[in-house]
Amino acid sequence: MSRPSDAQNSFSDDKASEEAGVVNPRLGPLEWVRWGWRTLTSMRTALLLLLALAVAAVPGSLIPQNSSDPNGVIQYQQANPGLSKVVDALQGFDVYTSLWFSAIYLLLFISLIGCVVPRLRHHWKAMRKAPPRTPSRFTQLPSSSSVRLRGVAVEEALAAGERVLKSARYRTARYGTSVSAERGYLRETGNLLFHSALVGVLVTVFVGGGFTYTGQRVLVTGDTFVNAQTSYDSLTPGRFFNDGSLQGYSLKLDRLDVAYEQQNLAAFGEAIDYTAHVTTRLPGQQPKSAVIKVNSPLEIAGTSVYLLGNGYAAHVTVTNPDGSVAFSQSVPFRPQNTQMTSLGVVKVPDTTNQKKQIGLVGFLYPTAAEQTDGSFTSIFPAAGKQSLVSFLVYEGNVGLDAGTPRNVYELDTSHMKEVAGTKDPVQLKIGQARTLPDGLGTVKLDGITRYAAFDIHHDPSQQWVALFVALAVLGLITSLLVPRRRMWIKVREEGDEVLVEYAGLARGDDPNLARAVADLEKRHRAALPEAAREKASV
Amino acid sequence: MVNPLDQISELLLISAIAVYLIAFIAFALDLARRSAESQANVDLVRQVADVESSAGGTAVLIAAPPAPPEAPARGRRAAARSGIALMLVGAALHLTAAVLRGIAAGRVPWANMYEFAMTGTLIMVVVFLVALTRVDLKFLGAPISGFVVILLGIATVSYHVAVSPLPPALQSYWLVLHVLVAMLGTGFFTLAAALSAAQLLQVLRRKRAESGRPERLRLLATVPEADRLENLAYRISVVGFILWTFTLIAGAIWADHAWGRYWGWDTKEVWTFIIWVVYAGYLHARATLGWRGTGSAWLNLIGYACILFNFGVVNVFFHGLHSYAGLPTSPS
Ligand code: HEM
Repeated sequence: MSRPSDAQNSFSDDKASEEAGVVNPRLGPLEWVRWGWRTLTSMRTALLLLLALAVAAVPGSLIPQNSSDPNGVIQYQQANPGLSKVVDALQGFDVYTSLWFSAIYLLLFISLIGCVVPRLRHHWKAMRKAPPRTPSRFTQLPSSSSVRLRGVAVEEALAAGERVLKSARYRTARYGTSVSAERGYLRETGNLLFHSALVGVLVTVFVGGGFTYTGQRVLVTGDTFVNAQTSYDSLTPGRFFNDGSLQGYSLKLDRLDVAYEQQNLAAFGEAIDYTAHVTTRLPGQQPKSAVIKVNSPLEIAGTSVYLLGNGYAAHVTVTNPDGSVAFSQSVPFRPQNTQMTSLGVVKVPDTTNQKKQIGLVGFLYPTAAEQTDGSFTSIFPAAGKQSLVSFLVYEGNVGLDAGTPRNVYELDTSHMKEVAGTKDPVQLKIGQARTLPDGLGTVKLDGITRYAAFDIHHDPSQQWVALFVALAVLGLITSLLVPRRRMWIKVREEGDEVLVEYAGLARGDDPNLARAVADLEKRHRAALPEAAREKASV
Repeated sequence: MVNPLDQISELLLISAIAVYLIAFIAFALDLARRSAESQANVDLVRQVADVESSAGGTAVLIAAPPAPPEAPARGRRAAARSGIALMLVGAALHLTAAVLRGIAAGRVPWANMYEFAMTGTLIMVVVFLVALTRVDLKFLGAPISGFVVILLGIATVSYHVAVSPLPPALQSYWLVLHVLVAMLGTGFFTLAAALSAAQLLQVLRRKRAESGRPERLRLLATVPEADRLENLAYRISVVGFILWTFTLIAGAIWADHAWGRYWGWDTKEVWTFIIWVVYAGYLHARATLGWRGTGSAWLNLIGYACILFNFGVVNVFFHGLHSYAGLPTSPS
């Protein structure tokens, strides 16, 4: 038997839909529904839906997606304004949540359920039925052999056959002077387990997804985060999120250590390790120190805290001309390249002259080196005495009063006047102070520290997803690797000899069938009394 | 700074390519001899048929492709045997190259395109050699060794990079496992794809013979029948499929550790998924009326095309987290 007939036998729906495909002139509404259901749950539809799913997944890899690459989407829209309208109308920037993609996999899973349920019922019955009757002629079976023996009774040979087959974990039944045996129900069990577990994965991902939340927070060294909605820079809650979902705890960033490659010139300056040292505190407990690394998140109070980004924060103090402090804070700078040249913005609304609010746009060079044209660049990503921050200075309205949230990394200079430009920027090393132009006061660079960008996730469905994935794998392996076989032993008296015939039939693909039949013969003869082990002369 | 171990590794790899190339020639010689041999067979059959038809019999025999001869001719056996021996030598050089590269880098040698190609082709060769001990697949020696030579050629010319440390996002056991299992799966899928291709050729040949057209590709007469090729392809892709399922899962676990989500439809995730689904389709096709046989063989080849695309095109040209595979430095 060369191809799996398994599905065909145990799965009559396939044939039924095959027939239903033949034109049938008068179908009542009920018949139509039945026809539709049979078609949907047929093997061919399952196959076509699988292929459709594969094809439908392709565009999402060619077009940037909102979910995984929002910046890419913006760039794409700017580069192809006309085309992106069409793409957007077709939900091309959200392929994996689009109507058409969802329709395909939902149909696939309906088909899957419609196909698994009857098979479960069928399999349940089959498991409790006796093995099938012995075929009358063995020579038509794919693998058979026979041997004539002397000195053994028919009953004795049959009993020995039954014993041998049972010990090889076959289920057996007697039909006249033959033994019929079957094994490998586990194959179908595995197949059903696999397909059911896939449904489990889908359901847990969907239902569980509602209970998740994901938030981001940038923490400058020394700062503390508390797990409350206001403490997040951004928070994406699932459908079933409420205020009670956040379990209280605090997390302080003590230090972020970054190691850079210094030996290997091919990779000189590349980051090779990030380690965040933090102190956590659960309500009513002592503080604890912990370490978060890139591939090892911290598990705390039902959340996982991931280290996903890092950069430098400059502590800047701006003093008004009258000596009062207008601004004194750590400002995170956004890295622009692997040498950590970083860009940051200082917005100073609390100046004595409100007409002259101060905006600073700063370039931070961790290891500054002057280029021939007088501009600076960073030649190594580590910061220290060699670092330099170069500010462009603007005066006017920094735009913080309107109450609308503003990007902390950008300064809207449309209502501002440049008072120090690229030709005469205000340049500071750590500890230095400079007078700002136009009588704006002074600015001081107090220090440079690191910040870490953390992602905080809560996903209670993960264990369930993992469980169903594990079940699916288990099912898959048994369904693909356990052979399903039927074996028969037939014994007949011929004069003073007995003729013993062996035959095997595989359900599904079975490379070892012939070997199994030969093995059966050998083990059966070994189980017979000594006298019968000799072959009778033919 | 050039790492001396890496240099030796590269030299060994180039020698391995050269040896594989000679193995390819030996296997090709084997195929050519098969062709000649089955030509002789056809002539023999014709003579028999002529005799029969002159004696009033039919000439049906001409149409039927000749059956494989009992034992291959001696010259052919020598060619195939030296092909295998050369492939073993090539694999030994190849293995040493990969090990040295790993020592030079201080980690497993599968962390960038060059290393994937190097270790991945090594696994292809090993899978093929191991399969040879169980089934007679010598007729695939030429396509497999030729394919490996091409891949390694591209890898050394276009993808060679000096050893460099792993960026933090890639420092994970799950990555080691994920990529290793993916390469193993690819090794099995490669063999399965070659078998499916042979199966399709075999079907084509039978069709030609049935419609009475002259035979082309006579060497196929010495290759197993389409049914047997299909079964072999299936058995091997089943192993590949299980391994690919693990690839998908290990990748998801790694993504969860590194990026904080186990599935995000990143470009590489999408393609790993597409490949998995296409191969699931292939397994289904084998149990679907109207798709088994030729249809399923095509699906197997499409699945393999997706693997090659994923490796050769997605890795290089597509944008995604995997493509720079480092820590995203912006806190946005
Ligand atoms: C979610 C999508 C699906 C996936 C990923 C999937 C995957 C698989 C895999 C990997 C196998 C191979 C296991 C084996 O051969 O024993 C398989 C077999 C099978 N599947 Fe599915 N399947 C899906 C949906 C369906 C649907 C909708 C049906 C019903 C119409 C179905 C019916 C079957 C049957 C009958 C077999 C056994 C085929 C055989 O004996 O070779 N599957 N499936």
